[in-house]
Amino acid sequence: MRKIKHGKLVSGCADACCLKLEGLNVRLDGEPILSDVSFHLHCGEIVALIGPNGAGKSSLLRAILGQLPYSGSITFSPAGGPAIRLGDPTGTVKGTRPLVGYVPQSPTFDRGDPLSVLDFFTAATSNWPVCLPVPTRYREQAAACLARVHGEDLLDKPMGSLSGGQLQRVLLALALDPVPHILLLDEPLSGVDVEGEHQLLDMLDELRTQYDLSIFLTTHDFATLEHFADKVVLLNKQVLKAGSPSEVLSSPEFYRTFHLRMGKGGEE
Amino acid sequence: MMQLWYFLVDLLPFEWAQTGSMYFMKNALLAVLVISPLFGLLSTMVVHSRMSFFSDALGHSAFTGMAIGAICGFGEPTWAAVVFAVVFAVLFNLVRRRSALTSDTVIGVFSSTAVALGIFISTLGGRSFTKFNSLLIGDILSVDPGKIGLLALILLAVLALWAVSFNHLMLSTVHPALAGSRGVKVFWQETVFSVAIAVVVTLSMTWVGLLVINSLLVLPAASARNTARNMTQYHLFSVLGAVVCGVAGLMTSYYLGSSAGASITLYLAVWFALSFSARKKV
Repeated sequence: MRKIKHGKLVSGCADACCLKLEGLNVRLDGEPILSDVSFHLHCGEIVALIGPNGAGKSSLLRAILGQLPYSGSITFSPAGGPAIRLGDPTGTVKGTRPLVGYVPQSPTFDRGDPLSVLDFFTAATSNWPVCLPVPTRYREQAAACLARVHGEDLLDKPMGSLSGGQLQRVLLALALDPVPHILLLDEPLSGVDVEGEHQLLDMLDELRTQYDLSIFLTTHDFATLEHFADKVVLLNKQVLKAGSPSEVLSSPEFYRTFHLRMGKGGEE
Repeated sequence: MMQLWYFLVDLLPFEWAQTGSMYFMKNALLAVLVISPLFGLLSTMVVHSRMSFFSDALGHSAFTGMAIGAICGFGEPTWAAVVFAVVFAVLFNLVRRRSALTSDTVIGVFSSTAVALGIFISTLGGRSFTKFNSLLIGDILSVDPGKIGLLALILLAVLALWAVSFNHLMLSTVHPALAGSRGVKVFWQETVFSVAIAVVVTLSMTWVGLLVINSLLVLPAASARNTARNMTQYHLFSVLGAVVCGVAGLMTSYYLGSSAGASITLYLAVWFALSFSARKKV
């Protein structure tokens, strides 16, 4: 795994391409899920979101996707361009709303599911009804997208037969078609073996430099954070700590949240 | 249209296919050729989205709709049943969306309420339930050309629905949030699909029979899943199995005098057993 960082933790975005969350609040059935969440995500940066179960990590991703009602603001400013407010109906003007790619927490497929990778891909990216045989041009299109994640050979496999790592790569290829401005990944490393994990992280690293993407992912795997993340956000309904991986992982907030004992001079 | 059909059937070498007689059997055969692909097609999605219990509940609600239609004095209680089933399907989707309960529990709540309401209404004032017995078994031989035309229109409508929204519906069942992120209106997809099942189940109940109608929505695709490796094969096997078993079941019921719906279901069960023994190894 290469170790690349361009993590200057600038707080202001100036003219750079940037996703800004400011004072974000999400309530579900009256219960606060997220309160006053604010941070910036720059293009070309990989930011990891960590926190205990039920901390609101998935809800935060869904708010950015515009699938949960929220108060506060989420804005995206392309390099040098004017800011676009997400989730705002006036922001949906064609060509201005940023494209958000989403890799969901591994969906489960029955082993016998008669759904091939090609079916799945074509259903998500075209209007061709996949209950009919898929024409060659869509097949080539899907193969080209899968090539981005080195997965051309998976095209005719049933979705249910893929390993955790292979499934993540297929979902990633789908999220990259069309190439988004922001890429959100929900627990991409869970259910993936060590080799698959390295492959996936290398791929993300490759993608952000190739396409200047902002990559935002949730994870429970703290061991690899320092190798790939430019910035880590510790969340438990609110932002407890944000900064470089080493800053967050050595903070008292981190230890307290995960009930770890600190080394010398620490607290329980 | 019907003249052309009768002309074609007359060419068949069967006892009932002789010119100028047994029109009920010829009508029934045409009805089976329309109903079976319809159910074969819907079946793929019922099984894929794990809604087999839901379609069963819809059958029960259709009977309740008939009872309501009958008590309100409609000459054709089927339409009251269609309206009731559609309301049932929409209401179910709304509750499922807002409730923290799992689907099967919500279905159980709706299903038992509908059945109780149906029995309550149909036995109100000490009336006998027996007039509804024919609905439980169904009678395909009573179908008339007008009804076949209606079913054919519905088959066309479902084909159109499949062409337009099969992809979106399939993605919605795989992962609602992923589908949403790609612009799919998940709630609407699910609602339109359950309304489609509601209409089809209600309109064909009279001929297929309430007790076995759900088997037509489960068995074709369940058998197809045993062997299919992609969506095209899945649809092909499901529709083909439904049509072959539909025709075979009707023939058997003619020669043995048994119920057509039950005969078709038994053929489908055999079809399932065969495909199970030839199932793919994954």
